[in-house]
Amino acid sequence: MTVDRPWRIGLRTLALGYLALLLLVPVGMIFYRTFEHGVAAVWESVTTPAAISSFWLTIEVMAIAVPLNTVFGIVMAMALARGRFPGKGILNALIDLPFAVSPVVIGLSLILVYGINGWLGGALADAGIQVIFSVPGIVLATIFVSLPFVVREVTPVLKEIGDEQEQAAATLGAGGWTTFRRITLPAIRWGVAYGVVLSVARAIGEFGAVSVVSGKISGETETLTLLVEKRFTNFDVAGAYAASALLALIALAVLLAMTTIKPRREEGDA
Amino acid sequence: MISVTGVTKRFGDYTALDDVSIEVPDGSLTALLGPSGSGKSTLLRIIGGLEAPDSGRVVIGDEDATGVPPQRRGIGFVFQHYAAFKHMTVRDNVAFGLTVRKRPKSEIRERVDELLEIVGLAGYQTRYPSQLSGGQRQRMALARALAVQPKVLLLDEPFGALDAKVRADLREWLRKLHDEVHVTTLLVTHDQEEAMSIADQIAVMDHSRIEQIGTPRELYDHPTTPFVMRFLGPVTRLGEALVRPHDIALSVDARPGSHEAQVARVVHLGFEVRAELVLGDGEEIAVQLTRAEADELELAAGDIVHVRSTALLPQTEPDPLSA
Repeated sequence: MTVDRPWRIGLRTLALGYLALLLLVPVGMIFYRTFEHGVAAVWESVTTPAAISSFWLTIEVMAIAVPLNTVFGIVMAMALARGRFPGKGILNALIDLPFAVSPVVIGLSLILVYGINGWLGGALADAGIQVIFSVPGIVLATIFVSLPFVVREVTPVLKEIGDEQEQAAATLGAGGWTTFRRITLPAIRWGVAYGVVLSVARAIGEFGAVSVVSGKISGETETLTLLVEKRFTNFDVAGAYAASALLALIALAVLLAMTTIKPRREEGDA
Repeated sequence: MISVTGVTKRFGDYTALDDVSIEVPDGSLTALLGPSGSGKSTLLRIIGGLEAPDSGRVVIGDEDATGVPPQRRGIGFVFQHYAAFKHMTVRDNVAFGLTVRKRPKSEIRERVDELLEIVGLAGYQTRYPSQLSGGQRQRMALARALAVQPKVLLLDEPFGALDAKVRADLREWLRKLHDEVHVTTLLVTHDQEEAMSIADQIAVMDHSRIEQIGTPRELYDHPTTPFVMRFLGPVTRLGEALVRPHDIALSVDARPGSHEAQVARVVHLGFEVRAELVLGDGEEIAVQLTRAEADELELAAGDIVHVRSTALLPQTEPDPLSA
C-alpha cells in the first residue's frame, strides 16, 4: 500500500503516541518513582526478608510452570496440527479455557478440588501434602492460567511449515525423535520462544488466581505481585514501586535471554 | 525393482487407488503419468511408505516392504516443493541421511562434495536453501535423496513448481543423471511431454487405475483406450474414430473411406501447416500437414477436400470422455 507523505507521518505519530501513552509513560513513571528517593532506598526496599522471599518464590513458580507448559504446549500443538483423532475440536476449545475463565474463578475452582474440604484435598492432606495456601497451589494456579500460550503460538507455525520436511527426514532414515529434534524443533523455535516469553510474563504477573490460593503468608506464599499489592494497600507506595521494578527486571531478563536464540540470519520462504 | 500388486487405498469415501499393480524394472526410469486426482501421487507415496495401503503388496528389491516404515525401505524421495530443510546449509541438507546413519565425518564430507559436484552445485555448500533458485533447490533435494544410496528413487512431480524453461533443462539433466547413476527411478508427472521425453516406460493412470503400461512409443502408437490416446497427444475425431492430426490425409478426389470436408482456415506455422476443416455433419477437425503437402493441394479456405485416416487404430469403442 502506498500512502501520501503527510498521511504517513500522521499515522506514525498516532501509532507512536498511542504506544507512548499506554506503555512507555506508565512504565517510565514506575522507574522514575522507584528511583525518586535514590538507589539506597530502593535497595533497602527490595532486600527486606519478605521481598527476597517473594522474589525467589516468583522465580521458583516460574521455573516450574513455564518448562512444564512448554513441553505440554509443544506436544499438544503437534497433536492439534498433525494428529487425526476424535474429539480434536473439543480439545482445541478446551485449551482456551484458561483464557476464557476469570483467574479468580480458576483460583476458586482449585480450592474446590484441592482445598481441605475439596474433592482431592482431604486425601492429599492425609498424605501430608498441602496444596492450597501453599506453594503447590500457586504453581498449579500459574500453570493453569499460562497453559494456552505455547500451544497457541506453536500450532499455527506447525501448520504453516507443513509436514513435508518431516516426511523427507523420515525417507532419509531419521526416526521420530531425531526428526523432531533436528527438523521440527528448529523450525518452530520462534513460536516456542514467543510462547515462552508470554508464559513467563503471565506466570510472574499472575495476580487473581494466585491471590485466591496462596493465603498470602508473608515470607512463605507471597509472590512479587502479591507483595506489590500488599505494599500498595498499606500506603507503602515507594515499596510497591520498587517491587514492581523487580518484576519488570525479571521480564526484561527473560526477553534478553530469548533474543539469544535469534537466528544468525533471516531465512526466506524457502 | 519395484513390484506393486493389487494395491487399494481409500480416503474416507474416496477411492484413491483401485486394485493397482505395476512393475518397475531394475535400473529403469518409469513415469507415472496422469491428470491430477488420478492417484499417481498416492501410489508413489505408498511405495515410499508415506501412506499405508488398505490392501495389496509392495516389494522393493526382493524384500516385501508392505508395512515397513519409510526409514527402512532404502528409498530416496523427492517432493514437488523440495521439502528443503530451511534452517540447514546445503551441505547439512545433503548430509542429513548420512549424519543420521552416523557415518564418519570425513566420509560424509567427501560424499556430499562429490554429490554436489554431480548435481552441479559445487561451491554452494554453505548457502541456505532460501539463497538458491527453485531449480537449484530441487537439484539439492536430489543430491540429498541420492546421498543414502537408495535402492529406488521416487520423484513426486519434481519439476512441477518450476517455470517451463528450467523444467525442460532439468528434465534433460535428470535423464543424463539417470544414465550415469542407473538407480531405479519412478517419476510422477502430469506432463505427457515430460514423461515421453525421459521415461523408458510410462504407466498412464486415470480414475485411480492404471490404464496402460508401455514404452512411450507403444503408448503413442498403440493406445488401448481413448483416454490414453487423448492424454499422450493431440487427437481429432474422424467419424467414429479418434485420429492424430498428422495421421489424416487430404485429397482432392474421394477415396475409399474418406469424408468430405470444407476448409475453414489454414494456419502456416513455419514448416508445419495446420488446416481446420468442417465435416459434412458439422464436426470440426484439425489436420496437420507439411508445407509441401499443403502447397501441392493449393489449400485455401472454402475449398472442398476429402479426408481419410492413414492410421489403423482400433478406435471403434465409444469414447467416454466426449459423452
